[in-house]
Order: sequence, then structure tokens, then C-alpha cells
Amino acid sequence: MSEQEKNAPYLDKRSSRRTFIKNSGLTVGGVVLGGALGSLLSKDSTTQTHETGVHSTATAVNFNQALMYFDKTQFDTIEAAAEQIFPKTEVGPGAKELLVAFYIDHQLAGSWGLNSKEYMSGPFYPAEATSLFGHQTHLNRQQIFNLGIEALNSEAAKQYKAKFSEITAEEQVAILQAFEAGEVTLNGAVTSTYFFSLLKSATIEGAYADPLYGGNKDMAGWKMKNFPGHQMSYANIIEKDEFVKIEPTSLNSQHKH
Amino acid sequence: MAKKLPKTDIVLAGVGWTGGIIAAELTKKGYKVVGLERGKERKTEDYLMVHDELRYQQRNEMMQDLSKETLTLRHDRSKRALPYRQHGSFLIGDGVGGSGEHWNGLTYRFFPYDFEIYTKTVERYGKDKIPADMPLQDWGITYNDLVPYFEKFEAMAGISGETNPHPEVPEVKYPTVPLKETPSMKMFKEASKNLGYHPYIAPAATLSESYTNPDGISRAACQYCGFCERFGCEYGAKASPVVTVLPVAKETGNFEVRAHCVVRKVLHTNGKATGVLYVDTRTGEEYIQEADVVVVSAYALNNIRILLNSQLGRPYNPESGTGVIGKNYAYQMTSSGSTGFFKEKEFNLYAGTGALAGVLDDFNGDNFDHTDLNFIHGGNIALGHYGKRPISNNSVPKGTPTWGKEFKDESIYWANRSLSVGSQGSVMPNKENYIDLDPTYKDQFGDPLLRMTFNYKDNERNQQKYIRDITTKILEEMGADMITTPGDQGDWDTTKYQTTHNTGGVIMGADPKTSALNNYLQMWDCENVFVPGASAFPHNSGMNPTGTVGALAYRAAEGIEKYLKTGGSLV
Repeated sequence: MSEQEKNAPYLDKRSSRRTFIKNSGLTVGGVVLGGALGSLLSKDSTTQTHETGVHSTATAVNFNQALMYFDKTQFDTIEAAAEQIFPKTEVGPGAKELLVAFYIDHQLAGSWGLNSKEYMSGPFYPAEATSLFGHQTHLNRQQIFNLGIEALNSEAAKQYKAKFSEITAEEQVAILQAFEAGEVTLNGAVTSTYFFSLLKSATIEGAYADPLYGGNKDMAGWKMKNFPGHQMSYANIIEKDEFVKIEPTSLNSQHKH
Repeated sequence: MAKKLPKTDIVLAGVGWTGGIIAAELTKKGYKVVGLERGKERKTEDYLMVHDELRYQQRNEMMQDLSKETLTLRHDRSKRALPYRQHGSFLIGDGVGGSGEHWNGLTYRFFPYDFEIYTKTVERYGKDKIPADMPLQDWGITYNDLVPYFEKFEAMAGISGETNPHPEVPEVKYPTVPLKETPSMKMFKEASKNLGYHPYIAPAATLSESYTNPDGISRAACQYCGFCERFGCEYGAKASPVVTVLPVAKETGNFEVRAHCVVRKVLHTNGKATGVLYVDTRTGEEYIQEADVVVVSAYALNNIRILLNSQLGRPYNPESGTGVIGKNYAYQMTSSGSTGFFKEKEFNLYAGTGALAGVLDDFNGDNFDHTDLNFIHGGNIALGHYGKRPISNNSVPKGTPTWGKEFKDESIYWANRSLSVGSQGSVMPNKENYIDLDPTYKDQFGDPLLRMTFNYKDNERNQQKYIRDITTKILEEMGADMITTPGDQGDWDTTKYQTTHNTGGVIMGADPKTSALNNYLQMWDCENVFVPGASAFPHNSGMNPTGTVGALAYRAAEGIEKYLKTGGSLV
């Protein structure tokens, strides 16, 4: 692709979304590939008629369910990986239903992704840092996720000739186990173990943080764990011998009175 | 050029518990006090959205912004120290009220043994009990001397508690009744009694009932909401500087707090401080606040840093063992706790408060015979009912995978069926555990960061093995179906939360050669500088330090008043 073609979509304000996708190398021979693009295109005004009836379903629209940081492939990768870390089981929903990948996306877009309250001055000595000394890389979490996602997909391509989100659950688990064990080389100053630990802790957070952050959809994470969320007082139950099950309330309720 | 401000009687570098107590005591007497605080202002209304585990517990909302200032860490002198880039092992507070805003509220008195640890160890076991590399020291003050100050702190905060029934521990009468007892605390107490130990309900700064303190401050009772440690209290039930001593100081009209102001240095000439140099981080401007007395009342670690960066006092040299600033840095050890899993019983673990616990001191201090043991001191043993929140509460029996289907289902199943019996292990000083300035890393102003050289030594490792057998035994007696016991204490892990009970570095004592402060917390080398806080502890005991920090702050307040009247060294 020529330099001019690359720049064209940004320079030409009349350029349609379809032109942008065509020119940014996301198509092969002009044929649009993959579900990710399908969903992008369906938002285009010219293809409005093809939109499936999302708005006509009884489910309320969650306007929070949109990407701030990831592109669609990155999102799909993280959604699949998070689901293996915290899967749907008989006990209740998994990461996907709890919208954990949206939670992670939103967190990465902000101060957590940018390590803004952490000491990020050099010099860095990642080789001298054992796991007992924590984060010793110049990369922030956005960059670490980019590298981790890239490696998840290249491992999937190498072993199974597909994207990480397209391989079977067992295959995904095997790759994640290799990441956890530090057996995969990321293309940067960070280990696959560190990336995995970030992904794992963020997944647990997304399942159980107050829904105000975009995960823990409908407080379903709390309901599974019998955690009542935000309550004003337990003075009346603190001494009780039997388990007291309380319908959870989120911090959103603070705004209802 | 820094702008000079009109002189005041007393300037505080840090407005937490120690600064707050000193401000309240001295403004009541008519002295003018200026409090400089690097963080923001705080009020109870800030905590209306506080039941947020992500923001306060995972992301450490109330803690120091490490991008601006942190420290570097290493296990021993042979290594390069690496920056503490994100919070882990300990959580340094920030803002008006300091760590006193986000503490648990467990309020103990150190034992008579602690204050005379060297003398009492030699008396009972002989000199050989103390290893050559352990600079064990008496504190230059006795427990009996400190009793009135302990009482002052407990009355001010309204400590709720029960008398410790251990025969070796002095009797304490608390101003309010103990907190409510949960079924799991009852199980812990019963099991411990069966084993011949002396359990009781821990003394708490979270009020069991409404209370009005001697300063006329009224506060309401704790609601057991389950969001306490690492969080601020929206009820004002947890004693903190913002709801106790600071309003008293403000009421006098003699107190001014300047938030967002970072003290960089104590200025001094000819062995006397003239004031402090600080930066208002909002305007970016530098100021000099002159004062008759400078109180270095920041967090323990930051007290050391301010003194080292001010070139005040003699820095400790681990090679020769001489010098005092940075000496006897100590910490605590929490690796002796065990977790029990109870199939038949579900507990209301989401409820609780930061200081709700059953505790015993049978293996703490010198309350048990160490003749045949390869360590001194010990730790308290407690079952806390602090409120378990879902992100951080994922206890699973040993052998369970740490993610995936089995982890998910097990962590949910056991969430309300597991109880931990923990221990807060003391740490004795070691010649090789110390603090100095880092040669490489700098803060936002280009001042050197602190460098912490610390690791657990034999005394702690041996203590840990001994105590974890007791915590396991108690859980067995409680009827746990499965018990997860920790392995041996390894090297210090800087990434896992242990405690924020960092002590030492500016220690008190009777001898200016081996200590930095006399028993009024007055610097031997600079008579108008007082350094209260846990930095004054010559070793760390097996319990929470704030009760002792509070008592010493009242002692320092008395010393400052004496100094302002008479001048000179008070001891």
C-alpha cells in the first residue's frame, strides 16, 4: 500500500467508513472479512437497513458497552481469554456475560492503563527484577496488553492457524497455561507471566467490581458469591449465627435518593 | 528563591495522627501551629461513595501517589535497589489525616517488655540470647511512664475493648464497651480457651457505641458495613484525625492546615532548626516557613527521608554500625496465619469492621518461655472479621488451580465458608536492615528517594514456624474440615500486602550514641526538632503500632510545651 493510500482516509473527510476499512488493509481482494468488521459496517449509515433488531429486543441498551481502547480483534482476544480464566459454569455466568472484556477495555483507557499513579522513571533493570520486586519495565499496561494480545494471536496462528478467539476452549487454555508459565516470548521488555497475571487480576476485578465500572453485569458476579455490595449497615446481622442472604445493591443506588 | 513566611511557634511536616495530636494539644494552650500536608484536604462527606472495592482497595485511592515519590527496595547490601513502582507490601497514606484515615483501628499498647526489651531479655535469658547482629535497645522510657499518655489517646479516640485476660499483660479499662461478637469470633475464643490460651475481643477505634470524648467531640457507633481498612469511614465511627483532634485544633483559631504542600527539608544552622522549606504543589512555588519548633510528623518512612535530605542527624552506617538516622528499620511478618475451610457452616463474612477481632497474646512479647526457642518475641494471634470483599476474597483449599472452572466454582463455594487465623509477627532490628538515600532514583523535585535494605532474618523465620503451628492448632480445634498452612517464611515479597507497620529509622533511647531521639521524641542533635511516629520505635512488636504511636505523640506534645517554656535538651 502506498503512503498516499494509507493517509487518504484521514485526509479525505468525505471518505466513507467502508473506504477506510478497505484502505487500512482489513480486507482481502475487496471482500470484507470477519464478524468484527461486520459489526463496524452495520453502524455505517449506508448499511443501516442491514442492522439486526437490537433495539427492538426487550433488553435495555447499555451505552457503556463500547470500546475505549481495544480494537475489535484485541477485544475478541481478551474476551475469549477472560472467559477461560473465569468461565461460565453451573454456578453462574462467566467473564463474557459479565462484560469483563468491556471492563478491562475501560480500565486500560484510563489511569490504570497508563500507570499514572506509579513510579515510571528509569533506569529500568528488568533483568534484575525477580517476581518479589514487581513491575520493573518501562512499558505501561496498555503496551503490555498490546504485546500480550499480539502474542496470544501469534501462538494461536503458529499452533492452530487461526486467531486466539477462533480456536477451541481447550486450545485457548493450553496457550494461557504456557503464558502463565512464562514459556512464551513477548516482543518487548515484559514476560508472558507478568502479562498473564495482569489479565487474571483484571478479569477477577471485572467480575466483582461495582457495576459502575462496566463489568459485573447486573451484579451477577455478586449474586453468585452472595455478596450484598453496597449496604449502609450490618449492625443487625453481625451477631447472627445463620447465613443472611441479602439482595445486592450497587453504588448507583446512592443516586436514587 | 523561596518566599519567606512570618514565623510561627510550631510547624508540622505532615498532618496525620501525630501532627494532629500535637496541633490539638498545643493550640489549646495558645500556641500557633502551621500544619503542612502534601496530600489533599479530607472530610467525612468524601466517603459517601466509599463502598467501592476497586477504587479504594485495588487502586489504593487513599494512598501516596508513587509517580511523584516512592522508595527503592532491596534484600541486602550486595544488590542494586529497585523502585517500589506500585503499592504492594505496605500502603503509605496521603492527605490530611494521613494513614490515620484508612487504618483498621486496632489499638493496642505495646507491652512493658517492649520498652525495656534489652534489659529484660538479658535478665531472663542472659546476654547470649541476643545475636551479635541484633542491635536490641531499650526505649529510654518505661511502660509505666507511658500509661498516662496511652490513657489520653484511648480516651480521645474512644477505644472500645475488653480487658486482656493474660496474666502477664497489665490491665486496661477502655472508655467504651467491646464491639459485637460474631459467631466465628466465638468459635475462635472457645477453641483457644480449650487449648489453654487467653482470648479476648480486640481493642478498637471503631466505636461500639456513641461516645463523647474529653475534648467534647461526639461520634456515632460503627455500622459494621464491611468497608474499613483502606477506606475512609462515612459515619465518623472510626477514630481518625479528621473527626477527632483536627477539629479541636481548628476550633482554637490557632491552627492552619496547608494542604498540597510538600516539605522538602528542615532548615537548620548551628544545630538549631529555623524552619522548613516546602513546595505548594498547586502553584509550584517554594516557601520557607520559619518556626520555633519543627515537628517532623509525616509517615514513619517519610520522617527518615526528610531528615536525611535535610542532612540533620548522623546517617546510619551499616558497615561500622555507627550513626542513627536510618538505623533499626523494622517491619512485621504475617506469614504465620492459616486458613480453615468449614463445609457445614456459612458465615456472614461480607459484614464486619476493620478492628473486629478475637485475639490472644499467649505467644506475643515475652509472655511465653523462650529458653529453648531459637528466637525472641513473637506475635499476636487473631481471627478478624473485617468484612470480606469479593475481588480480594478468593480463598480456596490448597491444590485448587488459581484460575479456570474449578477455581471459579471453588472460590465462590468457600467465599463465606473459610476463616483465617492470622498472626502479626514482630520483627527485631538487624544491623543489615536499614534505610539510607538511594544514589540513583529521584522524586518529583529531584531529591533522592529513600533506599530500604530489608529482609527477614533467622529470628523471624524461626518465629514464623513456631507460630504457624499454633494458628493451625486453633483452626483444628475450631473444627475446620481442611486447613491451608503457609510454607516457611521466604525472602521479603515486596508485591504482596503484609502490613503498613513500618517502624524505626529515627529511634528513641537513653543514649545519644545509639539513638536519634530522647524520650520526649526530641532530637539529641537538634533540640528544637521533634520526630514523633513509628519511626521512633527501636524494634517492632507483635501488634498494631498506632496505640503506641498515639501515646508517644502525647508525650512529644508535652515535651514541645516544656521546650517552648524552658528551652534546651529536656533529658
